Amino acid sequence: MTATHEHGTPEIELRVEALESLLTEKGLVSPAAVDAVINYFEQDVGPLNGAKAVARAWLDPDYKARLIEDASSAFNELGITVRDNVIAVENTAEEHNVVVCTLCSCYPWSVLGLPPTWYKAPAYRSRVVREPRKVLAEMGLELPKSTAIRVWDSSAEIRYMVVPEQPQGTESMTENELEALVTRDSMIGVAQAAQPNAK
Amino acid sequence: MNRFHDLGGQHGYGSIEWEPDEPVFHERWEGRVFGMSLATSSSEGINLDATRHRAEQLDPVSYFQNGYFGRWLASLELKLEEEGLLADGELDQRLQGKIKSSAKESKPPPAPEGNPLRGLHVIREVDEPPAFAQGQAIRTRNHQPAGHTRLPAYARCRSGIIARVHPAMVFPDTNAHGKGENPQYVYTVEFAGEELWGDSAEPGTFVRLDLWESYLAAA
Repeated sequence: MTATHEHGTPEIELRVEALESLLTEKGLVSPAAVDAVINYFEQDVGPLNGAKAVARAWLDPDYKARLIEDASSAFNELGITVRDNVIAVENTAEEHNVVVCTLCSCYPWSVLGLPPTWYKAPAYRSRVVREPRKVLAEMGLELPKSTAIRVWDSSAEIRYMVVPEQPQGTESMTENELEALVTRDSMIGVAQAAQPNAK
Repeated sequence: MNRFHDLGGQHGYGSIEWEPDEPVFHERWEGRVFGMSLATSSSEGINLDATRHRAEQLDPVSYFQNGYFGRWLASLELKLEEEGLLADGELDQRLQGKIKSSAKESKPPPAPEGNPLRGLHVIREVDEPPAFAQGQAIRTRNHQPAGHTRLPAYARCRSGIIARVHPAMVFPDTNAHGKGENPQYVYTVEFAGEELWGDSAEPGTFVRLDLWESYLAAA
């Protein structure tokens, strides 16, 4: 199940260490600056940002409209700064959206953090544009034939996130409870939002 | 650039390997490489077009074996060499122990102010109006440059519909090579599955791409 072959050879660890020591000696980079980037991506950004906006959108149709119209401003309302050009697209029973980058691995860092390994791997990048139904089914999401599928292949500096459908029976849940249902995968479009009893 | 990085629609890459509870970085070196890549970018931010093009020049074994952060590493090394900050072979010599770490304690630069993600400032004002309008039928050109491009091979010479008109943005095909920003309007173009994949297309599926104006011609 793990994708260890995608995480390099033993030599690469040594190579990166040597590179960092060279760059530090040359005064081109400081370990603290590298730490700051790592901390930012490990702690400050991640799918929780996107989940907050989706949960708010489920509770507030006006907010959802603003999120679809201008995602950056809508995230700002929640105190989240969006540094990519983000567009949010909404899933419905008739239309399902799913995001990929076939040429590299573009992903909405500000709102979802760094992408998972499978998103960056050749299987997903090659297949989801050609056979999205099959890929989604393989990932556990069987969509009815009546649901159209739109695959967004991120080829410019515009980043896409999916607003999944709100699960049925969650209408009385609080914003915090709803946030927990909004998974990373549901905002990429390879899953529905989680069911409350499955958490 | 007609090369293996252009993966859309290719066959033979197997099944999706989904990993539960994935960490942001699996190995320490991945975070260090990514951190160095962003920390060494200029105050205007990182030139992602050039960064991507450098990764596209990797040999295929390294490209796939070392994964996403291996591609960042290759791109960083190439950038440092291009900018004269790292001599050809300097890193290999350090690895072989031929250049010892300099004994004197060097003073590291202060950590840059502000957010490590400085933003991707690619939107530009242009004088001309957009050549195409929402709802218009277009056909993509047979555009196959030897250098960087963001028109995937699977979407060349294909008919689609303009779904949305975006502002003008820096043109990757020139910006990746230091040949100017050449900003052009970007359009979200929708293609039917059948148009892209012929009789192997799944019914009721569509692909949307964000394409620069010079990739497109009126249908």
